[in-house]
Amino acid sequence: MASRFTVSNRTGWLMAGPAVLLIAGFVVLPFFLAIFFSFTNQRLVSPNPTEFVGLANYRQLLGVATVTIEPVRDDAGQVVMKDGVPEYPTIRSLTRNNPDRPDLAGMREWFSFGSDGGAKTFILARDVVFMKAIVNTFIFVIVVAPVQAGLALGLALLINQRLRGINLFRAIYFMPVVVSIVVVSLLWRLIYDGQSGLLNNLLGAISFGLIPPVDWLGNPSTALGAIIGMSIWQAVGFHMVIWLSGLQTISPTLYEAAAIEGASKWQVFRYITWPGLRNTAVLILIVITMQAFGLFAQIDVMTNGGPLDSTQTIVFQAIERGYGKQDISGGSAISVILFVIVLSISLLQRWLTREKN
Amino acid sequence: MAMITADNRGLRLATRYGVLALIALIFVFPLVFMVMSSLKPSQQLLQDSANLRAFLPVGDISLNNYADAFKRAPVATFVFNSVLVTGVTVILSLLVCSAAGFAFVFVDWTGRQTILAILLATLILPFETIAIPMLLMVAHLPWLGAEGVSWGWLNSYRVQIVPFIADGLTVFLFVQYFKDLPGELIEAARVEGASWGQIYRKVVMPLSGPILATAAILKFLVMYNQYLWPLMVTQEEGYRPVMVGLQYFFQLNVAWGEVMAYLSMITMPVLAFYLYLQKAFIASIASTGVKG
Repeated sequence: MASRFTVSNRTGWLMAGPAVLLIAGFVVLPFFLAIFFSFTNQRLVSPNPTEFVGLANYRQLLGVATVTIEPVRDDAGQVVMKDGVPEYPTIRSLTRNNPDRPDLAGMREWFSFGSDGGAKTFILARDVVFMKAIVNTFIFVIVVAPVQAGLALGLALLINQRLRGINLFRAIYFMPVVVSIVVVSLLWRLIYDGQSGLLNNLLGAISFGLIPPVDWLGNPSTALGAIIGMSIWQAVGFHMVIWLSGLQTISPTLYEAAAIEGASKWQVFRYITWPGLRNTAVLILIVITMQAFGLFAQIDVMTNGGPLDSTQTIVFQAIERGYGKQDISGGSAISVILFVIVLSISLLQRWLTREKN
Repeated sequence: MAMITADNRGLRLATRYGVLALIALIFVFPLVFMVMSSLKPSQQLLQDSANLRAFLPVGDISLNNYADAFKRAPVATFVFNSVLVTGVTVILSLLVCSAAGFAFVFVDWTGRQTILAILLATLILPFETIAIPMLLMVAHLPWLGAEGVSWGWLNSYRVQIVPFIADGLTVFLFVQYFKDLPGELIEAARVEGASWGQIYRKVVMPLSGPILATAAILKFLVMYNQYLWPLMVTQEEGYRPVMVGLQYFFQLNVAWGEVMAYLSMITMPVLAFYLYLQKAFIASIASTGVKG
């Protein structure tokens, strides 16, 4: 077989072969397996043969429906009030054994809106937890991407000045990046603690006791925010360094020219620094977005998705099903959904930030 | 250090250092808290975290937590596993990925453009999206060992090593670096009749110090800090790495002092290593961004 190749062909395949085979086997193949399994009922261990189920996994995950219901009225046509609020027929009456709406069978209420006393619209989902996971993940990405990129740029500009000992500060700002996210998450679990946490005590001290202690991770309205804050703290040094390397590619002669022209600091940033960072900005945005969509370890260590599913994320759901419940097909379908989201967003970002001629 | 005088310049300088130091405080305080807490009994640790004593080695200071951590969990085994898995993966990764980079840049062979494009495309696949199907896959893979063929890779070192030897980013970094090497050197060596193997070993590798350091550091960070994958594929403690070993400290009653001692033990060596090689660490992260 080898004789078929010219010398350089053989060398090329020999030297690239191991890497190509490994990536084919452990990246490309699992990716196609994910797509394949997502159309089956594959489990990690199962006595039954695997069957094709078409789009059932996706329907189960993504099925949503809306229903608009009128409040219950008595015989006279008056709205029935219960404890001072209008009473509505239960959602369960629609989603359980209701022959009129077979399409709603098994769905649960996700959220609802509507005027008091009038018709109310309910959004139902087949998998409410997964819907929450998608929403939480998007909130995480939408907050983390700009805030982290912005703070990282601020730090990079701060570190880019000529000062004695500046490298020491650079090294310190970068330190959390080399610490495992698992370790960081555990430390912050104590810092965020509701009773004796450092953060509560600090806030209490600087506000002279005006800010009451908060159970940051135990409260559904603060848990995701707490995780966002910690995640930014951990990763911002990473992107600071990437901004720095972008800053250092900008020619010093441009700055000298600006100084001669008497440009203000803001003008220098607006017309020299920022245009010079264009490519870096695109890269950083894409990298942060991709990393943020993978949010898992923080959740696993700090909240397990709780309280009240307020920190469920897409990857946490994928792992909980694929590994925890050994439901490979369900976990794979979530992985494929995540991949489609990441791909669409990075294409969208590339398109939005393309060079306009 | 500059003298702080009454004039504006000195004051401005002092403000600058003040701001830099304040930010530095934000980044180090949890780590200082970790090390100081590891020296205190659990009860004092929780009381101290209510005030600034959390950052000071005061009160009942001892190394007892460290001793207790060793009693509670096979710490040495976890550390050994992490070091072994990380070390072997880094070395194999450097060999395999640098050889591939060499082939893509210096050798002309059919298919190289297409294959390189496919390798680069894998960069947008987050590991999290392939972890689940890969779990099923490795549960059924064959392995030829001393006792003949066996099936299933779960609970082994290879399941933690082999999937991570080659990755698109590392190959890409080598390709970028090799492209900037003077091509005439390689041509000259070819003319003089050197084999490809000789060129790789004697011409290219000696020039590749910086990129080898970069690739090694990036791989080291990824491997040592692995959590999700070893959590899924190692149920036996004999194969578990340090991050998964943490679970041993979270049974019924969490002894925070021991937790902090364990965290310090698995973190401080990495931090020391980082501070020692900080320029190389930072350069390696920066290099992932230059040519995106």
